[in-house]
Order: sequence, then C-alpha cells, then structure tokens
Amino acid sequence: MSGEISSDEVAHVASLARLRVADEELDTFTEQLCAVLETAAALNSLELDEVPPMAQPYPLANVVRPDVIVPGLDRDEVLSQAPQAEDGRFKVPPALGEAP
Amino acid sequence: MTNAFDLAAAVRSGEQSAANALAASYAAIAARDDEINAFLHLTKARAQAQAAAVDHKVAGGEDPGPLAGVPIALKDNMCTRGEPTTCSSKILEGWRPPYDATVIGRLEAAGATIVGKTNLDEFAMGSSTENSAYGPTRNPHDTSRVPGGSSGGSAAAVAANYVPLSLGSDTGGSIRQPAALCGVVGVKPTYGAVSRYGLIAFASSLDQIGPFATNVTDAALCLDVISGHDPMDATSIPVPLTPTMPTLNDGVAGMRIGIVDELMGEGIDDDVIARTNEAAQALVAAGATVERVSIPATIYGLAAYYLIAPAEASSNLARFDGVRYGQRVEGQNVAAMNVATRTAGFGDEVKRRIMLGTYALSSGYYDAYYGKAQRVRTLISNEFQAAYKNFDLLLSPTSPSTAFEIGAKSDPMALYMCDVCTIPSNLAGHPSMSVPFGVGDDGLPIGVQVLAPMLDEAKMFRAAKVLEDAASTTPEASA
Repeated sequence: MSGEISSDEVAHVASLARLRVADEELDTFTEQLCAVLETAAALNSLELDEVPPMAQPYPLANVVRPDVIVPGLDRDEVLSQAPQAEDGRFKVPPALGEAP
Repeated sequence: MTNAFDLAAAVRSGEQSAANALAASYAAIAARDDEINAFLHLTKARAQAQAAAVDHKVAGGEDPGPLAGVPIALKDNMCTRGEPTTCSSKILEGWRPPYDATVIGRLEAAGATIVGKTNLDEFAMGSSTENSAYGPTRNPHDTSRVPGGSSGGSAAAVAANYVPLSLGSDTGGSIRQPAALCGVVGVKPTYGAVSRYGLIAFASSLDQIGPFATNVTDAALCLDVISGHDPMDATSIPVPLTPTMPTLNDGVAGMRIGIVDELMGEGIDDDVIARTNEAAQALVAAGATVERVSIPATIYGLAAYYLIAPAEASSNLARFDGVRYGQRVEGQNVAAMNVATRTAGFGDEVKRRIMLGTYALSSGYYDAYYGKAQRVRTLISNEFQAAYKNFDLLLSPTSPSTAFEIGAKSDPMALYMCDVCTIPSNLAGHPSMSVPFGVGDDGLPIGVQVLAPMLDEAKMFRAAKVLEDAASTTPEASA
C-alpha cells in the first residue's frame, strides 16, 4: 500500500471496468489515482488487526419477505426504455464473434 | 414563497390553493433558473394534476396531508415514473424510469407537488455540482460561486426560493455541505431511516436520502413524512423513526454537547471555526453543557471513504452497460458495445472513481485497501459510540470553507477535502444536519453541523432549532 499505481495498472483496471482510457488521458488519470492512494496510505499507520471490518452501519441480515407473488414492473414499459428490444426481450449484439 | 409549514396550513384551510402555490413556484423558476441552473427537468403535468387533486380534497372537506400543496424538488438521481431521470450523466440521457422512488409516493400522499428534477454532480460524485453533463449549478448568494454538491441543484432551488423544500442524497456530505454553502438547512438521516428504493445507487452502505429546507421546522416536517420502513428496500430499518415535530421546541437544557476537536483545526477556515464556537455558546446560553471531545479516528475518515465509496460505486455502476436503459454506443459484440457505451457515457470523475474502486477491490489489493478501510470504519463507529456515552450530541463545522469560485478546485483531491467534516457520519451511519449560522468574512453563508447517535433525530432537531433561533438574534452571526 505505497500509494503507487503505474499507468499500465491503470490501463488494466480500466479494461476490467469496461472502460477505454485514451493514451493522452492515461498519465493524468494515473497521477490523480496516485494522489488518492497516497492519502489512503495514511491508514497504514493504524493498528487494525484486532478491529473487525464493518460492511454497513445497521445490523440487518437475511432480509426476506413472504413468498407471495406480487405484480412486478410492466414488461412493455421496461422494454420501451431499452436501447434495443425484440420479442419481449432486451436485444444485444452477438456475445461471441462479431456482428454480421 | 412562504415556508412549507405555513403554506400547507393555508392550503388545508382553503386560504391558498395548491394550484396557485405551484404556479408561483414555476414563475420563480422561470424568472431566474436560466442563470442558476438548479433544474434539469420540470414535471409540470404531474405536479398540476397533483395540485388539482389536493385542491379537490380541500373543497370536499378532506385533509390532503401535512405537506398539502407544498412544491418540492427532487435530486435527479431519484426515479420518477415516465419522467426523465439522468443522474446528470449522458449515459442515462432520454431514459424514463418505469417506477417511482418510494419517497415520491410518501410526499404525494402527504399532499406535496413534485415540481421537477434538480442538477447534481454526475451520479452524486462531487462536492460542487460543477461535474454535471448538463452544466454547473450556480450559488444563488453569489452566482460566480458553486452551490456545493453533490445535491447542489436541490440546495440552490431552496436557497433561490423556488421551492420551500427539496430532497437530496448524502453519501459523504452531499446534502449537508451544499446546505451550508447555500445558507439552508440540510439533513442526513440515520442510514436506513428513509427508503432508498428508486434512488440510483452510488455507494450503497453510505447513501441516504434527506430534506433541504429554508428552516428547521420545515425540514422536520418533511423528514417525518418521508421516513419509515419500506419492504422494497432491504436496508430499511424495520422500526419507525421517532417523529421530530412533537419535541422540536423542547430545547437543549441539561443536554451535554461535545465539540469534535479533530474537526476544529487544520484545514478549517478561521471564520468557520469562529461561527462554530459561537453556535456552541448559543447552546450554552440555552442551558446545555458544552465541552471539547476528541474523536481521533475521524481524521482517517476521508482516506477510508475514498476507498469504500469508489469500491461500492465500481460495483453499482457496472449495471450501466448499454443493455437495459439509457444510451448505447454500438460495437461488434457485447463486450465492445459495453466498453464503447461506458467510455462515451461516463464523465471523467465517474471514470476515476470506477477505476479507483476496481483497483481497491482487485485481487492482491483488497485487504490492503478495501479491507483496511472497512476496519477504520469500525474504529470510527466505536469512537462515536464511546463519545455518545458522555454526550447527547456532537457539534462541528459542516464545510471547511464558504462557497468557492466555480473552477477554483480543479484538482480532485482538493475537492475531496470539502467532505472532511461530513464523511464520519456516513461511515458510522449516524444522523447529522447542517444549520445556517451566520456568514463568513466574505459575507457568504456558514453552516454548523449537529451530529446525533443512531435514530436520535428528534434530539438533533431540538438543538438545530435552538441554533436557528440564536442565529437570527446573534449580532455576529447575522452580520
């Protein structure tokens, strides 16, 4: 946790997050992410091994409702807002290979 | 525009119509919003139908509710069925949600009219409302300055007297900081006290909806309407929030209030510290005991937040992939379409946070960054709980400075520092609120922050009311 991230790592992280970073943006993003990670390095000075992690503030677990069928969202209304839909489904380009 | 409490009373008694109150609100918006840019979209047809329904109820002798005919604005990250909801992002341009956020149903059931959707930093990531795909919002007190953020449009809409009430969302200070910079009241309730169903998620363990108002009473009135359990939100607290209105004027006599040491030093402007000390004196004058208290872990809040919030955001924003809603940029296959859509649709700050969060969660870095930040979160929460053994409430500044010039903070880290006083409450999940308390050396509004233990909003509002009354009579504060 040195507060260092290389431009190669930034490019890799961007691809993991399904983003494309242009070459001319890469240095700026790298510099900015380094600055945040340097601030985060302040946490290194804390002794935290005995402290449990906290995922959320209010202790609720396994929130369930009775298994009763209730109306959901209107399918046509939902699909009307999609970039592309066909036959009651969302339509996307081919998952493998390329579009014809 | 009168305040919400009196306006609702006038509408209920038939002295004023909801339709007229709504028309007055739209006239105020039309007169000035080209300059301020608080609103992204007006929901006129829906609001007019609602106002007519309220007036019809009054005519028929029915009670239309505690917010009868009160115009209210919503931050544009809350879903409104059939009306644009953009999160100030290009990626959601043109999208009309197929459902309403739960808070909207509560407000309309109480008689409020939803006038429109307000500007924000894209996906609520920012502290100035400059980072919107639809241009910055300007501070009504000085239009060369920012209104704060990310709920800057909602804060400005109240400060400009377009509407007596609005809703924002607060993940690290996004209600309280703009409230302070715009000279209005802003409340972040306890995590889970107000349903987030229909609030487009930024950082799910931190996000909370809350009200802006011109005064403490209106904020209390609105919070009492929107709070309460919602089965549609799995993080909604199953117990009802104690109403804040019945005890609003009970004062602070006998209360023990702590000023947070770590939030009164380096990085906080002198005039902000001076007003905070004057606010403490006002609480003493009203019968409270005020002492300094050290909560050392709060200084690590900022670092922990800027790991946790981006980590959660990187996961939440994965859903914007060009498949189900909003914009799509075509590609040869699904993956190429996802990349093209997200690259064109998200702004730079959103991309920065997605990348940061993806990194903090990635294999080999998870324990060092995200895991460590979560442990710091426990530390902060524990220290707050220890402090609340000795104190009823805590006090601090809301924002380190008054409103700054548009464009003044181009470095992301400088902007992140704006949230240093507000972040600890989000990490702990505790309620806190900003109350206007005088002005700075530049004549611009300053807010002080009242912090309370989990679910103790009623006590927090009692202190806020005392501060509001004192601010209107303290010569230094009203100078």
